[in-house]
Amino acid sequence: MTDMTPIVRIRNVTKRFGKSVVAVSNFSLDIQEGEFFALLGPSGCGKTTLLRMIAGFENPTEGQIFIDGNDVQGIEPNRRPVNMVFQSYAVFPHMTVAKNVGYGLKVTGTPSGEIKKRVAEALSLVKMDGYDHRMPHQLSGGQQQRVALARALVKRPRVLLLDEPLSALDAKLREAMHIELSNLQKTVGITFVIVTHAQTEALSLADKIAIMNEGELCQTASPKELYERPNSKFCADFIGKANLLNGKTIGVEDNRLLVDVKGIGQIKVPTDVAANGIVDIAIRPEKLRLSKEEPKGDVIKFRAKVDGKVYYGNSSTVYFKGNSDLRVLVDIKDLSDTGESSIEINDEMWVYWQPEDTLVLTK
Amino acid sequence: MLLEKKSLPIKTSPSGEPGPAPERPRARNRFSKGRRISRKRSLTPLEYTKKRWFQATMWINLVFLYFPIITLIAFSFNNSRRNIVWRGFTLKYYVKAYNNATLFDAVINTLIVAGISTVISTILGAFLGLALSRFKWRGKSFYDSWIHLPIIIPEICMGVAMMAFFHTVNISLGLFTITVSHIAFTIPFVAIVIRARMAGFDFSLEEASRDLGASQFQTFMHVTLPYMVPGIIAGALLAMTLSLDDFVITFFTSGPGSTTLPVKIFSMIRFNVSPEVNAASTVLITVTLVLAASMMILQTKLKNK
Repeated sequence: MTDMTPIVRIRNVTKRFGKSVVAVSNFSLDIQEGEFFALLGPSGCGKTTLLRMIAGFENPTEGQIFIDGNDVQGIEPNRRPVNMVFQSYAVFPHMTVAKNVGYGLKVTGTPSGEIKKRVAEALSLVKMDGYDHRMPHQLSGGQQQRVALARALVKRPRVLLLDEPLSALDAKLREAMHIELSNLQKTVGITFVIVTHAQTEALSLADKIAIMNEGELCQTASPKELYERPNSKFCADFIGKANLLNGKTIGVEDNRLLVDVKGIGQIKVPTDVAANGIVDIAIRPEKLRLSKEEPKGDVIKFRAKVDGKVYYGNSSTVYFKGNSDLRVLVDIKDLSDTGESSIEINDEMWVYWQPEDTLVLTK
Repeated sequence: MLLEKKSLPIKTSPSGEPGPAPERPRARNRFSKGRRISRKRSLTPLEYTKKRWFQATMWINLVFLYFPIITLIAFSFNNSRRNIVWRGFTLKYYVKAYNNATLFDAVINTLIVAGISTVISTILGAFLGLALSRFKWRGKSFYDSWIHLPIIIPEICMGVAMMAFFHTVNISLGLFTITVSHIAFTIPFVAIVIRARMAGFDFSLEEASRDLGASQFQTFMHVTLPYMVPGIIAGALLAMTLSLDDFVITFFTSGPGSTTLPVKIFSMIRFNVSPEVNAASTVLITVTLVLAASMMILQTKLKNK
């Protein structure tokens, strides 16, 4: 997209409930037009409150929200150019599918001929053609979801808000909906803002993810960047799995940071992070390698004992216990990757990784 | 309804047909020796509905509830001035009751009072029930318990209080005061019914409606109200039946010329027990039954739609 003004601009928004509960605190965020944007965070981090403020169901205590360049303070939800897909679907139980989808057009006085046309379009968009006369209770959860989607899209909103839309579906259907949702977004070209606590959902769907924690923004980045360059301990731990180790910087040598890591010793890390003092070292479990022989070359390595292992079918996780209470977990695709015939509990092994896979976190 | 469940726990063979009960291991100890179970099939422990004491309880309840009413209806057709011995079938007491002008007026009064009070108390009670289920405000629990007081306090106290109140504010007793009193004591009943109905309402439906461009009024008309309808019907029915047969409060708030049917029937039996009273009561019962049945049919039809 070009450098236009963002479609949604959130400026220093704070939301308090009562006197003591701060749901969102001093939050600023820009969402560009045409993006598939995910607000990701654990339950109770304020992401749904934020979405509800964009939709107009809650008013910010402080700060401003702009939609399409206009301050929407005090504008009722029915007059905002955004539409929402609710977590509970909120499909009207006493109306047929067609009536549900056409509802938003009918109440705003769209002529019935046009309603008919647009409802049919919207239903075929979500692959629900032919269901016009069904009642919601005759539909499965996934189908109700599609009706809710069609009902919001038929209004041609500037922004579509999705509040944990897939949380009530079973795992298989959810995965299928990931692909459909992202295709749908590309087809209609509308900005989608999805709220979710499931990191896989955010990673697979969104162009851009904002991670929230306790009402504050942690990081906004593309999925790849978030996974590979998390900016804080919270983000590293929340997206994917991470081995977090305590360290202390010693100095800089050959453009590499010297860190004393508890249980491993001194390591040299290539990093652009200017760190001084206490830091966290994070390594993704799949970046770690195992070997019974001492590994050669420029790697960071330590010896540890196998503490447990869990088989997942397509991969396994091995838990290690090292010196001074160091605990790490290693994801391996297959035993053959490690060059070992078997890994048993209490085996002593080398755990090693490439220095450039090390993440240095100061927050 | 309980009787329907009778057929539920019957054991079926894998083919789906009722088969013989699974064979019991035949313990041949000295207690069971030679003893044969006389029934075709022994009952499993959870087949309560097939047990004699259970069925007896059901029948006793039924007789206890309906025997007096059936007697009353039967004797309204009795060709005798006294309700003691059966002397043949007649409809003359119905004709007599119909031609009894004061009795007829009482019926009309009853219908006027019930009609007006039902409409008003249903509207007020529906909003009250909706508000109580929808909103939270300071002192709500206090308000909540006070609003339901008319259900708890003895009706006679309500009646006396109403009468005293109307005297104090100098309103002469009549149809107006009866109607007002009926509205007052039926509102909480309607509110409870509506509140129970709204407990199952997903308020995000209202938000969805607003989000799709509907105003608050449109949302109420198109989303909230249709959901409330079965509750409104049930509440109105309850209010109407309460009003139709109310005696105590009506007795204290009625004045000369504003007698309702229950009060009239009471005054009639003070002079003599005439089958005319039976006839009038039978009509009242029939009206109530027809009302209740039609509302129930309507409700199931709405539900299945």
